[in-house]
Amino acid sequence: MSNELSTIEQHVLSDYKYGFVTNIEADEAPRGLSEDTVRFISAKKNEPEWMLEWRLKAYRHWCNMTIPHWANIKYPPIDFQDIIYYSAPKQKVTPKSLDEIDPELRRTFEKLGISLEEQKRLSGVAVDAVIDSVSIGTTFKAQLAELGIIFCSMSEAIREHPELVRKYIGSVVPITDNYFAALNSAVFSDGSFCYIPKGVRCPMELSTYFRINAENTGQFERTLIVAEEGSYVSYLEGCTAPMRDENQLHAAVVELITMDHAEIKYSTVQNWYPGDKQGNGGIYNFVTKRGICKGNHSKISWTQVETGSAITWKYPSVILKGDHSTGEFYSVAVTNNHQQADTGTKMMHLGKNTRSRIVSKGISAGVSNNSYRGLVHIGKNAADARNFSQCDSLLLGDKCGAHTFPYIEVKNNTAVVEHEATTSKIGEDQIFYCNQRGIDTETAVALIINGFAKEVMNQLPMEFAVEAQKLLAISLEGSVG
Amino acid sequence: MIKIKNLHAGIEGKQILNGIDLDIRPGEVHAIMGPNGSGKSTLASVLAGREDYEVTKGSVEFLGRDLLELKPEERAGEGLFLAFQYPVEIPGLSTINFIKTAVNEVRKYKGQEPLDAVAFLKLMNEKMALMNMDKTLLSRSLNEGFSGGEKKRNEIFQMAMLQPKLAILDETDSGLDIDAIRIVANGVNKLKSSDNAILVVTHYQRLLDYIVPDFVHVLYNGRIVKSGSKELALELEEKGYDFIKNENPTINEPAWTR
Ligand SMILES: Nc1ncnc2c1ncn2[C@@H]1O[C@H](COP(=O)(O)OP(=O)(O)OP(=O)(O)O)[C@@H](O)[C@H]1O
Ligand SMILES: [Mg+2]
Repeated sequence: MSNELSTIEQHVLSDYKYGFVTNIEADEAPRGLSEDTVRFISAKKNEPEWMLEWRLKAYRHWCNMTIPHWANIKYPPIDFQDIIYYSAPKQKVTPKSLDEIDPELRRTFEKLGISLEEQKRLSGVAVDAVIDSVSIGTTFKAQLAELGIIFCSMSEAIREHPELVRKYIGSVVPITDNYFAALNSAVFSDGSFCYIPKGVRCPMELSTYFRINAENTGQFERTLIVAEEGSYVSYLEGCTAPMRDENQLHAAVVELITMDHAEIKYSTVQNWYPGDKQGNGGIYNFVTKRGICKGNHSKISWTQVETGSAITWKYPSVILKGDHSTGEFYSVAVTNNHQQADTGTKMMHLGKNTRSRIVSKGISAGVSNNSYRGLVHIGKNAADARNFSQCDSLLLGDKCGAHTFPYIEVKNNTAVVEHEATTSKIGEDQIFYCNQRGIDTETAVALIINGFAKEVMNQLPMEFAVEAQKLLAISLEGSVG
Repeated sequence: MIKIKNLHAGIEGKQILNGIDLDIRPGEVHAIMGPNGSGKSTLASVLAGREDYEVTKGSVEFLGRDLLELKPEERAGEGLFLAFQYPVEIPGLSTINFIKTAVNEVRKYKGQEPLDAVAFLKLMNEKMALMNMDKTLLSRSLNEGFSGGEKKRNEIFQMAMLQPKLAILDETDSGLDIDAIRIVANGVNKLKSSDNAILVVTHYQRLLDYIVPDFVHVLYNGRIVKSGSKELALELEEKGYDFIKNENPTINEPAWTR
């Protein structure tokens, strides 16, 4: 056994495969954060007065807040005055079709293997691509419009559907919620907006590829999805960032709302630049994701595969307000080298007969640190609530850490809350068994971790699952000898 | 096929194999018997390339190549197969996915195209019938929750799928019920040909009634101390290992204490 560990140490992460920089002239805000920055962003986007006021309120609130330190992560202080809060790729005209998109940008997509045409033709995925804060090229719009589905950038939604945005933005994650949510509310640049009308089942997976691009640009996306009564939508978020030396801050906010009998399935594959083998650079990812099952019998399901970022601070949560509503959280978080992840979920049971299910799979390698932090809250009116949590950790080597912080608050004694946790190591005997059958160590590790993560991977839509499996293998490449 | 010369090996400074000489030619079946702890599984592990074991002396030639130079997966690619005494469990990895990967990795090593789904299924169905293999096992996680006998049967099923040149069966019979021994042995016999060879490690003469060996060797204190025809197995069954121990008093003492 001891031998297994020493060979693991010798190997390190493969070079980040998506490390390239797209050369597009940026249209930037001056460095630093002040009321003027907020006004600049709002003006750039031709926002209505109410939006600016909302942002300013958030900004003023943020000024009085302090950065939270309770998570199991360590990083140097962030200089919020040294960040550029807005950067948009310059485009002469708004593209009406894919052909009008900057060829440089198109090549970026192609390098990522997500050429829009391909996506369009083969997989029937409508892609709303966000490159550096401005949304470019939304496909399938016409088809979706016929069903009354709105799927557009947040900026567009603010212009075209102000009544909807105004009603729901900040209703799940208020501007005062936490430090990073307040920051996002003040300076968010763009993101996606999605509205599924009553009784409509969205016929395709909606997808946004985020990509951090211009140097020193913090990314502050804002996503809002509203599913009206009896509707259904599956939403995919995926992202890769080019290689950078400096740390980049990312603080997104995602809000989901489901009415009676509605369902939202939200899947994420996150593989932002994790930093180099020595722990230099990499994305700081501080995300607030929360959904509310407002209606009875509604359902929100989060699935995430997190392989990237130097720091991940992320707790996709569900407020189970409607009776008989269901919340799910399926997560695979991989950390290697010096990566740190503190991730998990909160399931807030408020309504009767509410259900939640948490499946968390943490994989740690190198000298990384991987923490699961979860809260299951059963309110006093949540009669007959049920929760099941399964938190498994897999270790590659003995220099990495896996931690589990489950918090359980039960205010109604009819609740049933179950928590199971395991920690295991990839055994040398497992690797040798695979080797003996002709399977090299790299492939063996991929097989073993994909087996470990299977329950979560199975939740992903098919086309995403394949990509996610590759990512798992890539992010652990060379971490076992 | 394989020529083992004066092989010495140990682990963590402890010497276990003290000079093994063994020559196996194509078409032959050899059996290795010997008391617990005599080094049978160690020999199998060393041949398969387990890194924990250190080879301190000797050589092994396999199909004209220096076996000890090759990585474990390369040895498998060359056609060496080990049916483990204790098959390993891998939760979440389906048996069928594992075997398909193994088959195609070995094909890749040999410069062959991977089998497509249809060809793989055809091969699988054929070998499943041969081994009387329960289909539901294949969709379950590799060896996880398999009974002892099911694990052993799965080992031989993998052997059938991989069609190795030299198969080492480490106590494949232990844990098998009487019917299963017959089925597994029949499977092994059907896989036997004039250009492959089998090395059976066993404690019981019974298996050798089905898989009839050309040679029987007795391993004791890391050395082959007696070789003979299949009658030697009968003799051991009758007399136990005492007569071997009595005949070899000097090596009773493990090498590392000297
Ligand atoms: N990893 C190890 N560390 C220390 N000693 C070991 C290790 N592996 C094997 N040994 C020792 O080497 C000797 C030979 O073991 P081996 O498993 O090869 O025996 P065997 O002949 O296969 O026995 P059995 O019939 O019980 O299967 C034993 O004394 C065993 O304890
Ligand atoms: Mg043994």
